[in-house]
Amino acid sequence: MSDTPTMTPNTTPHQTTRTTATAAPVKARSTARRLLLGRNANSVYVLVLIVILASILVPYFAGTATVSFLLIDAIPILLMAMPMALIIISGEIDLSVASTAGLSAATMGVLFHNQHWNIWWVFVACIIIGLLCGAFNGVLITTFGLPSLAVTIGTLALFRGLALVVIGDSAVADFPTDLTAFATSTIGATGIPTFMIFVAVVVIVFAVILHFTPFGRALYALGFSTEAASFVGIRVNRSKFWLYVASGGISAFAGIFWVLRYSSAQSDSVSGLELSVVAAVLLGGVSIFGGSGGIVGVVAGVLIIRTVNYSLQLAGLPDTVLTIVTGTLLVLSVIAPSVSARIRRSTEKRRNHNITREVSSA
Amino acid sequence: MSQQVLSPAIHEGRAGRTFGRIFVSREFSVFAALAVLVIVTVVVNPRFLSGQGVKDLLLNSTIFVIMAVGLALVVITNNVDLSIGSILGLAAFGTGSLFHAFPSIPIPLVFLIGMGFGAVLGAINGLVVTIAGVPSLVITLGTLYIFRGISNAWAGSTQYFIGNEPPAFGNLSVQTLFGIPLFAIAALIVVIIAAVFMFSTRAGRDLYAIGSDTDAARLFGIPVNSRVVGAFIASGALSGLAGVLYASRFNSVGADTGTGFELQIVAAVVVGGVAIFGGSGTVTGAAIGAVLLTTMTGALAALNVSKFWQQAIVGVLIIAAILLDRILSIRTARKLRVSEARNV
Repeated sequence: MSDTPTMTPNTTPHQTTRTTATAAPVKARSTARRLLLGRNANSVYVLVLIVILASILVPYFAGTATVSFLLIDAIPILLMAMPMALIIISGEIDLSVASTAGLSAATMGVLFHNQHWNIWWVFVACIIIGLLCGAFNGVLITTFGLPSLAVTIGTLALFRGLALVVIGDSAVADFPTDLTAFATSTIGATGIPTFMIFVAVVVIVFAVILHFTPFGRALYALGFSTEAASFVGIRVNRSKFWLYVASGGISAFAGIFWVLRYSSAQSDSVSGLELSVVAAVLLGGVSIFGGSGGIVGVVAGVLIIRTVNYSLQLAGLPDTVLTIVTGTLLVLSVIAPSVSARIRRSTEKRRNHNITREVSSA
Repeated sequence: MSQQVLSPAIHEGRAGRTFGRIFVSREFSVFAALAVLVIVTVVVNPRFLSGQGVKDLLLNSTIFVIMAVGLALVVITNNVDLSIGSILGLAAFGTGSLFHAFPSIPIPLVFLIGMGFGAVLGAINGLVVTIAGVPSLVITLGTLYIFRGISNAWAGSTQYFIGNEPPAFGNLSVQTLFGIPLFAIAALIVVIIAAVFMFSTRAGRDLYAIGSDTDAARLFGIPVNSRVVGAFIASGALSGLAGVLYASRFNSVGADTGTGFELQIVAAVVVGGVAIFGGSGTVTGAAIGAVLLTTMTGALAALNVSKFWQQAIVGVLIIAAILLDRILSIRTARKLRVSEARNV
C-alpha cells in the first residue's frame, strides 16, 4: 500500500502533458495567441461547430425555445462543474456531488412538507447540509489523507442512502408556486432562464478565484505536485478542504434548483448527474491528472454536453439511450488528450531521430 | 492484511507462525464480524438461521461473491471497474433473450455465452484503460453508463420471465448437492480457483506487483498492460457469469437489472481487506466481504430496520474500511521504522 494519493498514476502521457503545459508560460505566448490556441479555445471551437451542425441537421433546433430548454437543463451541471473544475485541477475528484444535491433535495422536501418550515429557512438548512457534506469529504481526504476517489465513492453511496433515510419512497410536490414558476421563468423574450443570473454570478466568482487570485494559481501548482506545492508554502490541506466545502455548498444549491424546476423532491433527485459534471469538466479541457484547464473551457464543455443531448432529444432519441452518448463523451474526453500526447511524442521522437542523423552525417 | 503490506516473502518462510497469522489476518476479522452479526441477529430473531434462511443467504451471496472476486483482481492492480453492475445487467438480459429466441438452447452453452459476452465487455474496459493510459475509474464510470444505455436501448420496457420457460434453467437455483445449493458450490469453486491463481501462479503474483508499484513492475519486465487487461477480462467474465446466475435465480430480468450493484461490490471488496490503492488483499477476503454485505441486508430485514438504511450503511462500510486500511498502514510503517532504527 503506497502512501501517495492514487489520483495520479505515474504514466508517461501524464508527464508529457505536464511538460507541455509548463512550457507554455516560458514561451510567453501573447494573450491573443493563448486565447485562440489554448485547450480552452479548443472546447469553444468544438461547441461552435456542434451548434452549427445541429442548426443545420436538426429541425427546430434554431430558435429561442432551444435556448431556454438547453440552458435550463445546463444550470445544475454548470453549477456543480465550477467547484469540480477546481477540484480536478488540484489533482483530486469529487464523485459525491449528485448525491449531495440529492440529500439536499430530500431534506428540502421533508423540512418544508412535514416540518412546515418557512421556505427560506429550508433553503438555509439545505445549504448548510451541503457544506457539512463537503466538509465531511474534506476532512476524510485532508486530515486522514485518504484518496479522494475512494472517499467520494463511499460518500456517493452514503449521501444517497441518507436521502433515502430522510424522505423514504415518498415525494413532496407542494412547493410555493411563485418559486417553482420563478425557477422555470425566462428573461423577457430572450429565452434565457432567469436563474442563469445566479449561475453567471457563481461562474464569475469561480473564474476570478481560479484565474486572478494566489489561491487559484496555487491550485494549478497542487495539481502538478503536492510536494512541490507544499515546499513553496502552499497550504495544501487547507486549500483542498475548502474546495470540498465549496463543492458541497454549490451542489446543495443545485439540488434546491432541481427541486424547484421539477416541483418535486424525491430520494433519487439528481441521481447520476456526477457523470455529466465530470464529463463536462474534462471536455472543457481540464486534465484528469490535474494541473491544467480553465473556466471558459469548462463552461463550453457543459454546453457541448447539453447541446449534443438536446439535439439528439429533438431528433427523437429516448432519454434512457442518451446515457450512451454522455458516457461516450466522457470516455472520449479522457482518452483524447492522452492519445494526442502520444502522437505528439512519437513525432517529436522521429524529429529528434532525424536531427541526430543529420548531425552525425555532417 | 497488515502483513501483506510488508513483502509477503518474509512471512512465507516461517511456517510456525501460520496459526498466529490466521488470527490477525483481515480475512479472520471480517469473518469474526460476520459471525457476530449472525449471532446477534439470531438472538433477536431465531428464524434468521432456519434451514430456508441459511439457504436464502447462501443463494443471495452467490452473485455478490462471484462479482467481488472479479473486482478484487482489478482492484489489486490499483484499478477499479465500476461497470460490473451494467455488465451483469446486459448478461442477464442477454440470457433472457437467448432463451426467448432459442428455447431449446443447451444450458451450459448459455453460461459460456454469458461469460464470453462479459469477457468482451471487460476487454473493452481493459484495452481503453491500458492503451490510453488513463484512470480506470473515469473510463469505467463512462462504460457504466454506456453499457446501461445499451441495455436500455436493447431491452426497452421488455421484461423476460425466464423461470418457467426452460424449467431446468430456473430449477438450477433451487437444486442442492448434499444439502448445499448448487449456486453456492459454483461460487466456492470460483473463489478457490481465483485464490489458487493469485497465490501460486506467476501471473497472480504479478497483479500484486503491478498494484504495489506499476513503474517498478514495468521495469522488472512484467507485461503490465496485458496483465491489467487480463484482470478486466476476468472481472467482466465473472460479472457475465453472475448475470446468467441472476437470471436463473430472480426469474425476471429487464433494462435496469443490476443497477447500483457496483457500489455494493466495491464495498464488499474494500471491507474484505483489498486495499483500494492496490497491491494487497486477497480474493478470499473479498468473498467473505460479499457474504458479510449480503448477510447484513438480510439481517436488517430480520431486525426490522428500515430498508432505507441499507445504502447508507454500504457507504459507511466503504469509508470505514478505507479508513481502517489507512490507520493499519500508518501503524505498520511506524513499526517498521522503529524496528529498522533498532537494527542500526
